[in-house]
Amino acid sequence: MQMPAPDQTILARKARIVARLRSVLPKDAVIDDEAETRAYECDALTAYRCPPLAAVLPSSTEEVAAVLKVCHDEGVPVVPRGAGTSLAGGAMPTADSIILGVARMNEVLETDYENRFIRVQTGRTNLSVSGAVEEDGFFYAPDPSSQLACAIAGNIAMNSGGAHCLKYGVTTNNLLGVTMVMMDGEIVEIGGAHLDAGGLDLLGLICGSEGQLGVVTEATLRILHKPEGARPVLMGFDSNEVAGECVSDIIKAGILPVAIEFMDRPCIRATEAFAGAGYPDCEALLIVEVEGSEEEIDAQLARIMAIARRHNPVELRESGSPEESAKIWLGRKSAFGAMGQINDYMCLDGTIPVSQLPYVLRRIGEMSKDYGLDVGNVFHAGDGNMHPLILFDANKPGDLERCEAFGADILKLCVEVGGCLTGEHGVGIEKRDLMVDQYAPEDLEMQMAVKDVFDPKWLLNPAKVFPLASSEARRMAAE
Amino acid sequence: MKPESEAALAEIVKNADGPLRIVGGGTRDIGAPVEGAELSVAGLRGVTLYEPGALTVVAQAGTPLAEVETALAAEGQRLAFEPMDHRALLGTQGTPTIGGAVAANVSGPRRIQAGACRDSLLGVRFVDGMGRVVKNGGRVMKNVTGYDLVKLMAGSWGTLGVLSEVSLKVQAIPEAEATLVGRGMSAAEGGRALSAVLGSPYDVSGAAMMGGAAMVRLEGLGDSVSYRVKRLLVAQCNGWEVVEGEASAALWRDVRDVVPFAGREGAVWRVSVKPSDGPKLLEALGGPEAVLDWGGGLVWVLMDEASGVRAEVERRGGHATLVRASEAMRAKVPVFQPEVAPVAAISRGLRAKFDPRGIFNPGLMG
Repeated sequence: MQMPAPDQTILARKARIVARLRSVLPKDAVIDDEAETRAYECDALTAYRCPPLAAVLPSSTEEVAAVLKVCHDEGVPVVPRGAGTSLAGGAMPTADSIILGVARMNEVLETDYENRFIRVQTGRTNLSVSGAVEEDGFFYAPDPSSQLACAIAGNIAMNSGGAHCLKYGVTTNNLLGVTMVMMDGEIVEIGGAHLDAGGLDLLGLICGSEGQLGVVTEATLRILHKPEGARPVLMGFDSNEVAGECVSDIIKAGILPVAIEFMDRPCIRATEAFAGAGYPDCEALLIVEVEGSEEEIDAQLARIMAIARRHNPVELRESGSPEESAKIWLGRKSAFGAMGQINDYMCLDGTIPVSQLPYVLRRIGEMSKDYGLDVGNVFHAGDGNMHPLILFDANKPGDLERCEAFGADILKLCVEVGGCLTGEHGVGIEKRDLMVDQYAPEDLEMQMAVKDVFDPKWLLNPAKVFPLASSEARRMAAE
Repeated sequence: MKPESEAALAEIVKNADGPLRIVGGGTRDIGAPVEGAELSVAGLRGVTLYEPGALTVVAQAGTPLAEVETALAAEGQRLAFEPMDHRALLGTQGTPTIGGAVAANVSGPRRIQAGACRDSLLGVRFVDGMGRVVKNGGRVMKNVTGYDLVKLMAGSWGTLGVLSEVSLKVQAIPEAEATLVGRGMSAAEGGRALSAVLGSPYDVSGAAMMGGAAMVRLEGLGDSVSYRVKRLLVAQCNGWEVVEGEASAALWRDVRDVVPFAGREGAVWRVSVKPSDGPKLLEALGGPEAVLDWGGGLVWVLMDEASGVRAEVERRGGHATLVRASEAMRAKVPVFQPEVAPVAAISRGLRAKFDPRGIFNPGLMG
């Protein structure tokens, strides 16, 4: 993965830049020691690493503004970082950049049950947002798998989803307002506790902009009352096609489960060996979860199971207790870990129209043979958001490259059938160069023109999202 | 001008030598008056793709909304965001289009549960101010590939680009619906009652106040609706009346289209505030006639006066749009909420990029 060569004039000015950052932040909030900056050399896309020039850990919006003013003034690139859980390299630095970490900004600023929102600093983790309102019966809906660790800042940057977004939507559908610091240090408030924009929908634009338009320091998030209960049902099928048809039939029947999760045989086998969740040994498995009161759940599951029976399931197991529910979810939740036990893996995130599920799974299987790399599929089937996990051996020369080429082919296939490169992880550096497969030059030009408006000098997370060749003129002009 | 293909639309824009007034069906005549040659997208018509099993529909921008809704209804589905029909309120004629609904981000009572039009919008194709065709998003439910220009186009009122095609997420028409009606309430009492209901686990899809009555809508499987009605009747909605089926649907059409203000004299404001601020705002304004939706957060006010409404909204946070007013008032009072300086600078910057010549609905949004 190519990154732009670091700007030597910035490296040469390191002492002065660090001194200026120290002048606006508490002493312990600026990290420039080479041993310590290593902690920020990568995010969860660990195949690529590069320590930053320095890292800063501000504690307030005003401190973020002060940092950005210095960097703007010095012409230093800034890479915003939430918790560093990006799978796409969204928080990976370059040697001439400053990592701006929001981890110290994790306070709850306001909780309002009457109006059903919570306002937090964005360094707060996703799960601890729900944690702050849980005792009063509320929750924050978007639930990425990394929710224990990932920060709201990163959720907003990547417009994160999760298993339950089939019903509740992704981050952008649950974000009401932000406080954002522009690259030149100006603080802007967009949205609030009210719904929708009075003018242009800037909030919608900012969400998912991968830290390239501004640094979001505070967020107003919609919270909901928890449902009375939830219950999953496990279904096994003897082919991916049939499982795919079953998903489509459930959706067509007008029943909206909160989650429909899909696992294929390689994944089922790996998780069984790892977690022993008691899954049937079959080609494809679905976990369908519904919510409501006991009676409501009974009624919904009765219909869903009637649909499943029409597809001759090899297993159909309704949870009868909280313990059984936990067991059904256990395998799904440990799937990534299980695959990681077998080998290194790369997790993709392409999204396809649900109708294309059987075809795409079959093609992935064929490609797997051609590339000689195993792949397991575990994903959110209700919304077509796939997560193929390609296994490779990082210590074997050439394996990573082969894996990346395989991954690129899968993503191109997703685009070909009417889908997209990434459903919830973001482009980052990982899918940057594939953007030309989904978008024409004028489509990318329009997006880059948006960045010109927010960050004319292209200093915020500059070498991400757009193919390096497409953004080169802008990045160079800014230097 | 009424092109019948995206290519023809792009050609017209490329060759335009002056301002253009963009219209779909021309039923949502909102915004400062625009001088310019009329460019209609009504010639771009037809549902191009509909996959009920994937809950997605793609249509050309000029497709009549009714045509889209009929196609969906045939498969037992609908648009989740419940778009308002502005004709009665604004006294306009014509055929509302799907592109117009998107350009205006028109969202009805179900906004609080299923999201706004912008939340259902999955992808757009549009022509920018230089006549280039641009696409963004797609037709899948989850998509974070690049910037979300889809949201930006929703509610941009044709000032950034001319929509040629939109793709939308749809939902199943529920088996049953029922409305709980609590009569004889003040705005403050109603607001508190709605807040209590919205803070319950009962998945409410409408929470409004009209004519002194608070209304709460429940939709879903038949058994589920009756269960939730029963629960609310013994708690938050004790003593309220239950209205079901078509009678319930009719109530929500009236809320959606602000029927109480149709054909009446006076300016109409549409205000979005924090729900608990809705009743407070009305009190501060001296109790004008109003319809409250979105649990109190959407306030429709019948009131000719301007400065008070804007000042109250500015003080509390939110925005007010002057949806209906005399030509004279629209020329004098900004129709959209004036933005604070840094936000206004961003909006101006975006318009300059999308429409460098400033030919799309110039001045409509201020």
